Amino acid sequence: MTTGTDMNKPILEVEHLSMKFGGLVAIGDLSFQAKRGEITALIGPNGAGKTTVFNCITGFYKPTEGMIRLNGRNGNEFLLERMPDFRITAKAKVARTFQNIRLFSGMTLLENLLVAQHNKLMRASGFTLLGLFGIGGYHSASAQSIELAKFWLEKADLIDRADDPAGDLPYGAQRRLEIARAMCTEPDLLCLDEPAAGLNPKESLALNTLLNDIKDNSGTSILLIEHDMSVVMQISDHVVVLEYGRKISDGNPETVRADPKVIAAYLGVDDEEVETVLTEVGDEQVIHELDAEPDPEHGPSASSSLMAGPISDTIGHSNGHGELVRVTPGASKAEQVEKQAAKAAAAPSAAPAMKKAPSPKPAAKSATAKAAPAAKPAAPARQPKAASVKAAAKPSDEPKKLSNTLSAPRGGVPDQLTQIKGIGPVNQRKLNEHGIFHFDQIAAWKKADVAAAEAYLAFDGRIAREDWVGQAKTLAKAAAKAAKSGGRK
Amino acid sequence: MAAKPLLQVEVVETYYGNIRALGGVDVAVNEGEIVALIGANGAGKSTLMMTIFGNPRARAGTITFAGTDITHMPTHEIARLRIAQSPEGRRIFPRMTVLENLQMGASLDNLQYFDEDVEKVFTLFPRLKERMSQRGGTLSGGEQQMLSIGRALMARPKLLLLDEPSLGLAPLIVRQIFDAIRQLNKTEGLTVFLVEQNAFGALKLADRGYVMVNGRVTMSGSGRDLLADPEVRAAYLEGGRH
Amino acid sequence: MERTISRNSGESSLFAAAIRESLFAGLISLGLFIMLVGLKTDQNIRNELVIEQRWGLLASLVALTMVGRFLYVLFVRPALERRKLQKARVAPKAAEKSYLARNWTKFAVLFLFIYPVLMVLMFGLQGSLKWVDNFGIQVLIYVMLAWGLNIVVGLAGLLDLGYVAFYAVGAYSYALLGTQFGWSFWILLPAAGLMAAFWGVILGFPVLRLRGDYLAIVTLAFGEIIRLVIINWREVTNGAAGVSGIPKVTFFGLFDFNISSPYYIAKVFDIAQSGVYYKIFLYYLILLLALLTAFVTIRLRRLPVGRAWEALREDEIACRSLGINTTNTKLTAFAIGAMFGGFAGAFFAARQGFVSPESFVFLESAIIVAIVVLGGMGSLTGIAIAALVTIGGTEILREMQFLKVIFGPDFTPELYRMLLFGIAMVIVMVWKPRGFVSSREPTAFLHERKAVSSAFTKEGHG
Repeated sequence: MTTGTDMNKPILEVEHLSMKFGGLVAIGDLSFQAKRGEITALIGPNGAGKTTVFNCITGFYKPTEGMIRLNGRNGNEFLLERMPDFRITAKAKVARTFQNIRLFSGMTLLENLLVAQHNKLMRASGFTLLGLFGIGGYHSASAQSIELAKFWLEKADLIDRADDPAGDLPYGAQRRLEIARAMCTEPDLLCLDEPAAGLNPKESLALNTLLNDIKDNSGTSILLIEHDMSVVMQISDHVVVLEYGRKISDGNPETVRADPKVIAAYLGVDDEEVETVLTEVGDEQVIHELDAEPDPEHGPSASSSLMAGPISDTIGHSNGHGELVRVTPGASKAEQVEKQAAKAAAAPSAAPAMKKAPSPKPAAKSATAKAAPAAKPAAPARQPKAASVKAAAKPSDEPKKLSNTLSAPRGGVPDQLTQIKGIGPVNQRKLNEHGIFHFDQIAAWKKADVAAAEAYLAFDGRIAREDWVGQAKTLAKAAAKAAKSGGRK
Repeated sequence: MAAKPLLQVEVVETYYGNIRALGGVDVAVNEGEIVALIGANGAGKSTLMMTIFGNPRARAGTITFAGTDITHMPTHEIARLRIAQSPEGRRIFPRMTVLENLQMGASLDNLQYFDEDVEKVFTLFPRLKERMSQRGGTLSGGEQQMLSIGRALMARPKLLLLDEPSLGLAPLIVRQIFDAIRQLNKTEGLTVFLVEQNAFGALKLADRGYVMVNGRVTMSGSGRDLLADPEVRAAYLEGGRH
Repeated sequence: MERTISRNSGESSLFAAAIRESLFAGLISLGLFIMLVGLKTDQNIRNELVIEQRWGLLASLVALTMVGRFLYVLFVRPALERRKLQKARVAPKAAEKSYLARNWTKFAVLFLFIYPVLMVLMFGLQGSLKWVDNFGIQVLIYVMLAWGLNIVVGLAGLLDLGYVAFYAVGAYSYALLGTQFGWSFWILLPAAGLMAAFWGVILGFPVLRLRGDYLAIVTLAFGEIIRLVIINWREVTNGAAGVSGIPKVTFFGLFDFNISSPYYIAKVFDIAQSGVYYKIFLYYLILLLALLTAFVTIRLRRLPVGRAWEALREDEIACRSLGINTTNTKLTAFAIGAMFGGFAGAFFAARQGFVSPESFVFLESAIIVAIVVLGGMGSLTGIAIAALVTIGGTEILREMQFLKVIFGPDFTPELYRMLLFGIAMVIVMVWKPRGFVSSREPTAFLHERKAVSSAFTKEGHG
């Protein structure tokens, strides 16, 4: 491996990351990348699983599934999900800060930064033995570490308070100190959990400067969680948006900001600018839909009478007695917008917002956009069938995309779709709801069908990757054979 | 103003050890008002919030609530006067479920309203309803913030003290909370005293505002006036937000 | 009660408040003492139970309480509040410390070195025995133990209630190896330390994941396990009877303190025979061992491992996020703390010449923890003062014969040792909740070294 190619590799690749706590799905099949030398922002509503992603990356949680690959500066590759937390910082060079600041409050600022250089100093002190007797290079290493600490104290504008206890600092300064402390571990990737929370606009401006400085001058890439849009939009090169543990948008700040799903799920319509953008885009449908929310009587989720989104269905949590508590149907606002957008996508004016998003893989939303025009004209024709499958509540709202649905399983007995690797009981139920009951139905799927199904199940390219169609073909053949031989007997 | 203010803070001084955190603060909150307190980090805003609650105790000055001198009153007795607080750092009960946390917030005099109040909090924060039987400590930071505010509301307070209600919350939720505060203020006449870093949002919401610098109140006026004041703008509003 | 006097109220209301509170205090004391003091059950000559009434004594007690409360409310409390306010008003000026204050530790160490000489000069050779042995050595053993435990409890913030186990391991290591193989103290001292450190790691492993109360309970159990093993493993430890005839320490083989030995100190130097020499020698030995503990602790605090201990006490999760292996860090704290316990144990065995499980009961652990807490966790000076007050104080009690004049001839002050110890502990904890020296010395500084107030430091979570 040469350094040249390494530099082009993203510093962090998260693939199919899932994290479950009991019955609660905190992260569901999340994939994204953070490019080297960039600031990547992770945003989303509260409880979307952003901090959980951080905890997985920094080893505080072991993910249920998936892979987190860090490509280090020297071409070293680390699979973070396999490493204990302290080693991730020590070896893979990932440093982090915490949402509720975790400083060593009884130690001075300088000491805080020296603790961060623990591993380097441990080696210099011959693992304490040499240092205890004053032998070896501990003295010079110690002086160097103080220099590094001074450097970061100056950067964070805290040098005057170097000898004060960290707990004595005002909130904003504590945030900066935590960043300085993380930088003293000399990380390749710096993960910041809400660095601007509790800062006033002026302070968050100073934070922007500090983070840009880190990005430009230290060769450290940054991954940050933040709710302060002034920070996110101004300094990040790339934004990933989560809702209910899944990615709903991914792209540069402008794209994400204009994404109706992000606005619905996260930004809200209070922001005049966003509103203007939307009006410009002409997505009146979205605006209308959003204006209705939040409903003061029922709150945002209760008011959403749209069909239960596939995403929210998978989110439930144990109430401690093993019983699964379901999330309010349709809680995912991005999902609702997706439905709206799919309809609106037929009109070319709404398209820019969707098409601009550069996505490494065929993301669910672009798939929806692609599938929608094809599916829409065909929809009325199949409407009667769909109505019989679904609760007949809102026939016109439902754009049908799958080409070979059935109103009921043939002979009343559906196939065990779970035999296909990748389909679990939840997905099987969802497929059944959409009129897919048999292997041969899946086996006959065309590209558009696959895209449509992925949109339903909110899977990015997983059907193709796991070759559901191929698996279904073999299973369908086997089933046909069995049926024949069974028939003969 | 003819009526006596609901909460009156007069020349209050508070110390941490020998360090003076508040140096003679005067603040008044009238019944039915929303008052915002803004200022830089470390100016003493949270200290004032905590001093009103008697922890730390004011070393000089007086604090009166609805005509009662609460300067030397123990904290739990202050709470019984129906002042509720969503303190700095959230301070939820991490080992209790969301519902239990809300139960802890409910005051014993108003138990007949308990179900109604819980429903109200859940309407305001549907996320809490989804997480009802989860332990407080397992909630995300923003959800804990919602719980802290919800718990304060459960006391059916006459005066609600909010320390940075928007901290760590998504923009959409921040708007919801500000809307909710406004609504509670309008429909139920809830008096609110809040500390905010989001000075823009807070001053827009508030009837009146105070600006605090280094443990002293340096400016006060209507929310609109403060928003328009060039000094305030330069110090607390500019920087890219909004 | 606090509320009844507001600062603005005048003299008269203060007087009224004082009267009210003294009446209240009187009532409480009456309720409290009426059964305890007012009535006394006794046996008469025919072995019958009789009740003796002591109203006079009761009345004087109640009156004393009332007067005390009255004076406190009227004079002491306002004075205290005034002083507090004044102290706060005056900007804390950086008072130029006197030469003595700045070099306090140096003077203290110097005093410790000349202490036996002073005692001999003051009380004569035989008379000094009590002061050097019962007082000096006894206090220094506890200073050393508390300094050792300080590494675990004070620095790393891991509450260890079974520290006496390592003391026992050290003592038995020397006692058994010394009596069985006749090895020298100077070889066995490090061996005892290593053995204790080894057991420290053994204890450390299972308790790594535990915190707070759980950790305390498991360490307490560990201490009891070691003691019970010593009692029951008779073949090796001689059970409850203990090990006797433990060899005395020699002066590196140059001369020794056995009267029968040809190298007996009195013969080598041609001076009068006396047991005091050995005690004085032991005094200097334990002094040097204690100073070694202090030196190593001070050194370690400035090394990364020491800083990691303190960081661990402040926030374990943050430590892990900075790449610190908290497992190893905790284990080193247990091991090094235990090692000093082992050294002290070996010394203890050499001093007594006899060890038995009796010496290693839970009470010892509790006293050592109490010294660390009283002194102020992490502070060497504070801990030394606490050891002097608690151990020295109880030893001094034996000397307080004048108390017999007050309480009657059957009064034996030593019996009230634990009671007084407890009362003293409560008073100190009320007066100084974080111990005698609660501030923390930073281990590194850029511009000036400022002590960190206890308001910011954490006690650790176990």
